[in-house]
Amino acid sequence: MPDSKLDLLQGTLDLMVLQTLAAMGSLHGYGIARRIEQVSGDEVLLNQGTIYASLVRLQQRGWISAEWGTSDNNRKAKYYSITRRGRKQLTQDAAYWQRLSIVMSRVLATSEGEGKP
Amino acid sequence: MIDAIRHALGRIFFFLRGPQLEKDFSSEMTAHLEFAVEENIKLGLSPAEAHRAALLKLGGVEQTKETVRDHRGIPFLETLLQDLRYALRMLRKNPGFAAVAVLTLALGIGANTALFSIVNAVLLNPLPYDQPDRLVALYSRTPQFDHSSISYPNFLDWRRDNRTFSALASFRGENYNLTGVGSPERLKANMVSSTFFPILGVRPVTGRLFFEQEDQVGSAPVVLISEGLWKRKFASSPDAVGKSLTLNGTLYEIIGVIPSTFHYENNNFQTDAEIYSPIGQWNDPLFRDRRVGMGMDAMGKLKPSVTLEQAKSDMSTVANHLAEVFPDVDKDSGVTLVPLKENVVGDIRPFLLVLFAAVGFVLLIACANVANLLLARSTGRTREFAIRTALGASSARVIRQLLTESILLAIAGGALGICIAAWGTKAAIKVLPEALPRAEEIHLDPRVLFFTIAISVLAGICFGLIPAFKSSRTEIQDTLKKSGRGGSASRHRTQGVFVAMEMAMAVVLLVGAGLMIRSLANLWGVDPGFDPRNVLSFSLASSEPLGANPAASRALFRQLRDAISAVPGVQSASLTVGSSPMTGDSELPFWLEGEPKPASQGEMKNSLFYIAQPDYLNVMKIPLKRGRFLTESDNEHAQTVVVIDEQFAKLYFGDKDPIGHRVNLSIINTTAEIVGIVGHIKQWGLDSDSSATIQAQCYIAMSQLPDSILSAFGYGTGVVARTDGTPMATMDSITHALEKVNSRMVVFGTQTMSDVISDSLSAKRFVMVLLGVFAGLAMLLSSIGIYGVLSYVVGQRTNEIGIRMALGAGRSTVLRMVLAQAGKMVMLGVVIGLVAAILLTRLMASMLFGVSPTDPVTLGVVALLLTAVALIACYIPALRATRVDPMIALRYE
Repeated sequence: MPDSKLDLLQGTLDLMVLQTLAAMGSLHGYGIARRIEQVSGDEVLLNQGTIYASLVRLQQRGWISAEWGTSDNNRKAKYYSITRRGRKQLTQDAAYWQRLSIVMSRVLATSEGEGKP
Repeated sequence: MIDAIRHALGRIFFFLRGPQLEKDFSSEMTAHLEFAVEENIKLGLSPAEAHRAALLKLGGVEQTKETVRDHRGIPFLETLLQDLRYALRMLRKNPGFAAVAVLTLALGIGANTALFSIVNAVLLNPLPYDQPDRLVALYSRTPQFDHSSISYPNFLDWRRDNRTFSALASFRGENYNLTGVGSPERLKANMVSSTFFPILGVRPVTGRLFFEQEDQVGSAPVVLISEGLWKRKFASSPDAVGKSLTLNGTLYEIIGVIPSTFHYENNNFQTDAEIYSPIGQWNDPLFRDRRVGMGMDAMGKLKPSVTLEQAKSDMSTVANHLAEVFPDVDKDSGVTLVPLKENVVGDIRPFLLVLFAAVGFVLLIACANVANLLLARSTGRTREFAIRTALGASSARVIRQLLTESILLAIAGGALGICIAAWGTKAAIKVLPEALPRAEEIHLDPRVLFFTIAISVLAGICFGLIPAFKSSRTEIQDTLKKSGRGGSASRHRTQGVFVAMEMAMAVVLLVGAGLMIRSLANLWGVDPGFDPRNVLSFSLASSEPLGANPAASRALFRQLRDAISAVPGVQSASLTVGSSPMTGDSELPFWLEGEPKPASQGEMKNSLFYIAQPDYLNVMKIPLKRGRFLTESDNEHAQTVVVIDEQFAKLYFGDKDPIGHRVNLSIINTTAEIVGIVGHIKQWGLDSDSSATIQAQCYIAMSQLPDSILSAFGYGTGVVARTDGTPMATMDSITHALEKVNSRMVVFGTQTMSDVISDSLSAKRFVMVLLGVFAGLAMLLSSIGIYGVLSYVVGQRTNEIGIRMALGAGRSTVLRMVLAQAGKMVMLGVVIGLVAAILLTRLMASMLFGVSPTDPVTLGVVALLLTAVALIACYIPALRATRVDPMIALRYE
């Protein structure tokens, strides 16, 4: 694997956040970021700016909600959870990404010469 | 779509909760960091290393905040608020600068707003009637006049024959004597056709309007009253409808009340009338004479989708038909159609446009002044901008911040300007009420406010842009190295150009004002042909015929004249009807004896006529040129005589001696012998008399009027009287003396002849006063401008001046040096201004009188005046330069 990390396509991070929250229940910002990094096999590196911008965007759209809570080791943190509208959006977007990725794999799998009659 | 709206709402919500979220986010960041540190410690790092690693991985906290902030609210608005806060802080730090800038702008914007509110109400707003675009004013067109009054029989035929108007209405001013409620009173009134109010869409406050069948001879006398009279006489009681008023001795039933908001403007319509009566009921024989226009005009509403051109050709068909049927009267006559709005405001339009251009110049000068102030100030801020740029601000960002500051200044100026405008408009209307049509409609409406905001912002951009550009282009390196006083040479040049521009615009305005002042001075110097000083003019009217029969009328006229003449302080007096100088014209068609009688009235010669008593010549001090004037013996028993003026003699007799010749006077059906020639009077106004179509004038003795005509004047007459001095003070004694002769008579319309002349110049005076005010303002602002720039330049050059003085330069040398610099700017401005003035004043040629638009005297005086004022303004900073102490100046650096 080259040492450069994967650049995220526009909109993919929002989907990852939604999926993470749908799977894990409520999580704080750091938790979400770490979780995505782990699941991606450390292919994605999320700095604070990127993840929090995404969280703000999702909140403004009403797809996630936030609440102050306390962590296991008694630290005050903001916990995010997915809303009903967020779940609906997630279903839609996930289906779209799955279709797109299948198409992408097919297109990329065509080897040279195959397209010619 | 819905999602986009929700997102936008979300942003607004986040924007509004900005400060709270900011705090929230800070703690969230802290938590985030701590989670990372904790995890690193778990991985076995020491606390210090764990912290460092976390920070490295997470990136700069401030950058994060910035990114999130951009996503959170509305970045544009946040920057704007930030700039505004900053701008306010800068202005507070520099209250003197802020005050001068805001005040300067307030004057410029205020003057513009005031004038715009006038232009808006008078020229732009539609007339306040129903479907105003379809309204048209109609006049009779004769070979002599395009806008002549219409004879009633012709009007009835127009109404019957036309195919393009949905309705036509006619009207004329009239006055009634009201008796029976309190003391007798003279009420202004208008006779109107039953169609008049419905066409305009006027609805009565209470009661009803005229029925069509009431607009005819023989129907029951009814009137509409004004809301003012309703309030004054009936305490606004609804019972007033159905009650009766005694007008000119006849009982009229009140059928309705016309709202006070109703206004209509036309020469033959009295704007402040209190009574409206149906015109069709008026049974005067002259009114029913097709040859005579008794001061009646008409107005009509076009049918939907009919154009003015179609109506014009339709009316000319109608007129041609009438010319065939009544060749002796209507041959060569036609109909003039004018869109109603143009009819009301057409005359004042060029005046207002010139003033609007002038006031635009004032605003430009104000902008140039503030731009200069900003330029001067931005020099002091060069370091600030260099630092900002060094910290990463783009030049667009710096320009944006500076523009925010300028626009803030301009809006503050605009807010103050609206107050100035509200006051100024009121003042202008109060000082010169008679010059403006639709004056009652002038007020600050949303369009005016929008205009003010728009020009404020525009002005802010206009004066802010150049200083902003200059500032954004500073060289960081240089500026930061020099200690804050760099790159000023090009700035001085820009300031010099601004000052020269201001001077140039001030020159144009001063020349405009100067030309108006000279025109009015010339007009005041014009001999009106009579001596207006100490002459009173008023009208008499009675509710019943003055005299039971013609003989009694003639006797009463003499008696009235004698009573007035006998009043102490009155030198001489004369009753008069027909034309009156500058306020009303009446023409008499005639042909000379020995010529064949022309086939139609339109082919006859025309003369203004003045029905007078023998003392008229003494009252007016009109010079007698030859022969004699009317005397007491020119009475009903003697041969009718006529006195003509020089113009009449020149036009129709040339070199021949007119005395002894006879003229046939149409309408009054008399042949009269010419017995004398008097001087010409400027009937049509001091400026336009020589270009008027009808120049000839003649005088006929009142007592020689045929009985039929006498009855037309039976209810009232005009009077002129020469007094010893203070004419208005004599008026009470005259009224008292007249009451003794006839207690049922009412005196009204009292004016001095001097006022009559002064009123005839009111539109020109309006322009002169306003142009004068604007020019004064321009001169003041541009002088402040040059004073400010020079003070600043002297301040900047203190060091240099100190060195020069240390090296032995004398005070006078320094003074000369500074003044020379100022002189260059002033000279450049004056020269450019003179050229611009020569090009621009041509546009106001039609308003000038007896002075050419490029009048060298005016141009010269203005150039000298402005140069002198500018140099006085420069003298103070120049003097300050000479007081520079070389030691202090050198240490200062």
